[in-house]
Amino acid sequence: MILKIKPETKKGWRLLSTPFIFSILLLAAPLTMMFLLSFWTQDYLILDRTFTFNNYIEAFTQPVYQLLFSRSLTISLTVTFFTVLLAYPMAYFISFHGGERKALWLFLITIPFWTSYLLRMFLWKVILGYNGVLNSFLLWLEMITEPLTFILYNANAVVIALTHGWAPFAILPIFVSLEKIDRSLLEASRDLGDGPFHQFFRVVLPLSAPGVVGAALIIFIPTVGDYITPKLVGGTDGLMIANMIQVQFSKANNAPLAAALSVSSLMIVAFISIVFVLVNRKHLRRY
Amino acid sequence: MARSTKYLKIFAYTYLIFLYAPALLLPLFSFNASQIIAFPLTGFTTNWFENLLYQETLHEALKNSLIVAVSSSILATTLGVLASRSATRYDFTGKQISLTFILAPLVLPEIIVGVSLLIVLIQLGLPLNLWSVVLGHTLLIMPFSILIMNSAFNNLDISLEEASMDLGENQFGTFYRVILPLVFPGIMASLLIGFTLSLDEFIIAFFLTGTDTTLPVYIWAQFRFPKKLPTTMALGTVLLVVSLILLSLSEYFRRRAANSQNSVL
Repeated sequence: MILKIKPETKKGWRLLSTPFIFSILLLAAPLTMMFLLSFWTQDYLILDRTFTFNNYIEAFTQPVYQLLFSRSLTISLTVTFFTVLLAYPMAYFISFHGGERKALWLFLITIPFWTSYLLRMFLWKVILGYNGVLNSFLLWLEMITEPLTFILYNANAVVIALTHGWAPFAILPIFVSLEKIDRSLLEASRDLGDGPFHQFFRVVLPLSAPGVVGAALIIFIPTVGDYITPKLVGGTDGLMIANMIQVQFSKANNAPLAAALSVSSLMIVAFISIVFVLVNRKHLRRY
Repeated sequence: MARSTKYLKIFAYTYLIFLYAPALLLPLFSFNASQIIAFPLTGFTTNWFENLLYQETLHEALKNSLIVAVSSSILATTLGVLASRSATRYDFTGKQISLTFILAPLVLPEIIVGVSLLIVLIQLGLPLNLWSVVLGHTLLIMPFSILIMNSAFNNLDISLEEASMDLGENQFGTFYRVILPLVFPGIMASLLIGFTLSLDEFIIAFFLTGTDTTLPVYIWAQFRFPKKLPTTMALGTVLLVVSLILLSLSEYFRRRAANSQNSVL
C-alpha cells in the first residue's frame, strides 16, 4: 500500500517546518549535546569522550551538590507554596468581588512586573539590606532599635524576592480557573445548605484546582533553576544549583559536570512535576 | 459573609502594595539627592539622570541591546506567524507534539537553555557575539509570538479567505492582501512584546555574549559599584517607563487584533 500524505498535512508542515527546524537546531540539538557531554570528562581544556557515569556519581554523592539540590528544591517549593497561598485570595477577590473592575485589577497587578526581572530582584537587595530601605524605614519610625539581619543574604531573602517576582504567574491562571466556575453551582450548594466555609472547600476550591496546579508548575519549574535571585540576595547560604552550574562552566572549567548537574536538575524537576500532576489528577480530569 | 468580604478586600489592597513596593522605589530613589539608598529621603535631584548621558559604555550597551531586540523580535515574529498560521488553519499529524516542543522554552529554566546553547557554540567553535544572543532570544520569544498570533489568527473568518480565492486571488495574494492586513495588529503586538522581552533578558545574554555587553549585562556589572547605585536606579526608571509605553502599545494592538474581525463585518 502506498502511504498517502493528506494535502492538509502537507500544507500544515510547509508552514510549520521552518519554526520547527529552528527549534530542533536551537533547542533539541543543544539539549542532546548537553546530555552527551554529561557522560564525558574534561581535564582543563582537553575533552575526553570516553563514556562514563562519573559526573552523575559526583553530582549525587558529593555533599556540596546534594546540599545545593536539596536547597534549590526547598526554596522553590516554599516559594511555590507561598506564592499560590497569597495569590489565591487575590484571584478570588478579583473574580468574585471585582465587579466591573476585573480588567482594571488584572492590569494593576501586572504593571509592577513590567520592570526587568534583574532590576526587581536587585531592588529586593536594596530593600532588605543592613542599611537598606526596610531597616532604615523601621529605624526612622523607631519600630526597631537595630537593623534586622535575618532578612538578607540567606534563603529567606531568596524566598521573599521570588514570592514577589512570580506573583502574577500564580494570580492569572488561578483567576482564569475561578472565572470558569459556573456561578449556579454556588447557588445550588447554598440552596442545599452549605455555609460559606463548606461552599468554598467543597465547590470552589476543587473546581479551581486546574488553575492552582497550573500556577504551581509555572512557578516551581523555572524557580528551581533561578540564577539571578540567589546570586543577588542569597549570600553564601542562599546559593542554588544554577549558581554552581555557572561556576563549573566558567571558573572551574568543568563543562561536563555542569552538564550533568543541569541534566540532573531537569530530571528531578520533571519527576516532581509529574508526581504532582498525578497526585492531583482526580481534580484535573473533569476538564 | 459581608465581614469576610471586607477582610478579603483589605488583603487585596495590602498584597497590591507588596507587589508595587520594589517598582515604586525606582523612581523614588532615582530622584533622591543622597548617594545612599535609604530613608529618610534627603532632597530632589535630576543629577542621576544627567549622569546617564555621559556613560560611554552604557551607550554602547544600549546600541547592542537595540540591535539584538530588533533582530530577535523580527525573527521570532516571522517564525511565530508561520507556526501559528499552520496551527490555527490546518489539522495534521504531528502538529500537537511539534508545537508543544516549540513552546517548551516557556517553562524550561533559562539557565538550562543558556548552558546548552553555550555548549553547542563552544563545541562547534563558533564565536560568541551579539548574533548568538539574537538566536537565543529568538528561541525564547518565539513561543510568546505564537501565543499572540494564535489569538489573532483564531479571530479570522475562513470565509474571507474563500471569498478572496473565489474572486481570483491566488494563495500568496490572499495571504498578502487579505490575511496579513487582518492580523497586522497581532504582528505589531508580537513585535513589541518580543522587543521588550529581549531588552530585559539577562541570563541568555550573560551566557552567550562575548565581549559585547547588552543593557542587562551592563546593569549586572554596575551592581558591584555602590557609588553608582543611584545612577543605576535612574537607568531602571527610564527602562520602566520605556517598557510601560511599549507594552501599553502592544496591549492596544492586541485588543485591535481581537476586534479586527468585528470591524470588518
